[in-house]
Amino acid sequence: METFLQQMLNGLVSGSIYALVALGYTMVYGILGLINFAHGELLMIGALVALQTISLLSSAVPGLHPAVLLLAGVATAVPVCMAVGYLIERIGYRRLRNAPRLAPLITAIGVSFLLQTLAMIIWGREFHVFPQLIDTAPMQPMAGVVVSPLQIFTIVVAFTLMGALMLLVNKTRLGRAMRATAENHRVAGLMGINANGVIAATFIIGSGLAALAGVLFASNYAIAHYAMGFTPGLKAFTAAVLGGIGNLPGAMVGGLVLGLVESFGAGYIEHLSFGFLNSSYQDIFAFMILGAVLIFRPSGLLGERVADRA
Amino acid sequence: MTTTSSTLPLPVSFSLDPRLQRPLIILLALAAPLLALAFGKSWVRVLDFALLYVLLAIGLNLVVGFAGLLDLGYIAFYAVGAYTWAFLASPHFGIHLPFWIVLPLGAAFAGLAGIALGFPTLRLRGDYLAIVTLGFGEIIRIFMNNLNQPINITNGPQGIDQIDPLTIAGIDLSRDLDLFGVQVPSLLLYYYAFFGCVVFALILVRRLQISRIGRAWAAIRDDELAAKAIGIDTRMMKLLAFALGATFGGVSGGLFAAFQGFVSPESFSLMESIVVLTMVVLGGMGNLAGVVVGAIMLTALPELLRHFAVPMQMALFGKTLLDPEVLRMLLLSLAMIVMMLVRPAGLLPARTRYAHREGRNA
Repeated sequence: METFLQQMLNGLVSGSIYALVALGYTMVYGILGLINFAHGELLMIGALVALQTISLLSSAVPGLHPAVLLLAGVATAVPVCMAVGYLIERIGYRRLRNAPRLAPLITAIGVSFLLQTLAMIIWGREFHVFPQLIDTAPMQPMAGVVVSPLQIFTIVVAFTLMGALMLLVNKTRLGRAMRATAENHRVAGLMGINANGVIAATFIIGSGLAALAGVLFASNYAIAHYAMGFTPGLKAFTAAVLGGIGNLPGAMVGGLVLGLVESFGAGYIEHLSFGFLNSSYQDIFAFMILGAVLIFRPSGLLGERVADRA
Repeated sequence: MTTTSSTLPLPVSFSLDPRLQRPLIILLALAAPLLALAFGKSWVRVLDFALLYVLLAIGLNLVVGFAGLLDLGYIAFYAVGAYTWAFLASPHFGIHLPFWIVLPLGAAFAGLAGIALGFPTLRLRGDYLAIVTLGFGEIIRIFMNNLNQPINITNGPQGIDQIDPLTIAGIDLSRDLDLFGVQVPSLLLYYYAFFGCVVFALILVRRLQISRIGRAWAAIRDDELAAKAIGIDTRMMKLLAFALGATFGGVSGGLFAAFQGFVSPESFSLMESIVVLTMVVLGGMGNLAGVVVGAIMLTALPELLRHFAVPMQMALFGKTLLDPEVLRMLLLSLAMIVMMLVRPAGLLPARTRYAHREGRNA
């Protein structure tokens, strides 16, 4: 039982991060029908920019409160990622909006590798230690279950952001314009909506969320490096598909479910496979889920049927 | 985007008699390793690898260029072929089967993996295929890395070495051959063996392209709905393209294992998939000549960068700012983006006899 609760907690932490990234995938997909492969790299850029700011600031002004450092990190990472996200859309994808399906996909791969390479040039190949700005001292709310303030913080921040996004999409003018553009961007244009602006806004919002997810991810794993975006990006995509791509609540549910499955899977895989597989196989769960979802329910848990649109 | 290639001038215009072109190219290809030998054996090695990549690119082109399916885990099939060879022809398990058993087996396993992977995904939109293949490539790598315990199957990250070389008709290609008193280096032998494979593959794929199957692929690529409407079994055809492409990957993988004498998970990273994809994209999706040119260009690129970019940076800045590996990644990713934006049909665009229509978001 203790293991169960512990794994559930770990799953919620990583799941809420996946959910944040998955929202970016699903928003862009909902509006453009495009899988933005480069989205995972925004998480990486967010983490590294925040790390850069934090280390510069803490060496310039020693003795600053960790919360100030963290806020400064976030305050630089989010705008930088938003700018990068906007540039990706403006330069890479906008011209290809009416191109054959393969073209934007290949561009997206190219952008993803370009961002990784640039990050490698700027920050080098080595793993950087991400400072523990939030208390990681474990607490024991009950016997056998360990939780740190950082983990609670991660879950709270992720859920707050998701709630804010839902409000934005469902209650504001911009949100209504986004939903209209997702429905049909030509008709939305006829209704006086600036579709290009809305699409850019979608990329910018998604990138901001990815930046925050990056900071949370790096804080939880205490590490940041140039290729760190790839795996969470892939998993977040899986989460988006799991929930039904294009569907915002779906991305959140998908992220959490994926996090939980992964965490339980890693905890119990040795028993399940009679000792043949160990926790180094944790990463294959996401892909197994992805395969299973695509076979049995391609529209995802909460999605409408979009898959067969050729 | 107008890619009706008849309106695009070919970037390279041969003023040569077209009847002379093919024999000349073959002659050049046959003489190339002899020329390279004059500059040192390492260049022959580069040529050998170039041919392996050509084989890979031909296979991926079948999937991406002909059928329009984006496969991002192509290198996984290469890995399947290579590990099949390593398992069945090395001291690792103590099995030493001859190539005419191992190579078809590797091809078959790779093809089966392709079917297993394509079956659930090919009925969906192309985007899903891209992601699932990406994931598949990673899964294969995770298994290669970790299947050394509790039972040692893949020998983990260390890989498998002392793999049997390619032996054809009693001639061991890894040893220099004494041909009537003339020493023929092993690298040359491999070159001509690979060259034979590439020629065979080119003829095969070319025949496929102009066959009923090839036309069905082109139809699916250009407009899947219309293809379905005229009675093409689109799912079956896509599966066929996918499995055939995988088979090519398996064969090249086997040849790679024999040539290297060593396989490890490191050789089958995602980056390799991306490199092969860039070869196809750069040369021109769907055009065999373009794909061959793309593959040769990109195999030579790291060598050229090592020989020219590093000294140039030394001369300009007094130090190496970007090492060749980084420079190569930079150029590859830029090539993909710029090609799609500026010249989506590639350097040598495909010439199709069938007017095809693109530019509509199908």
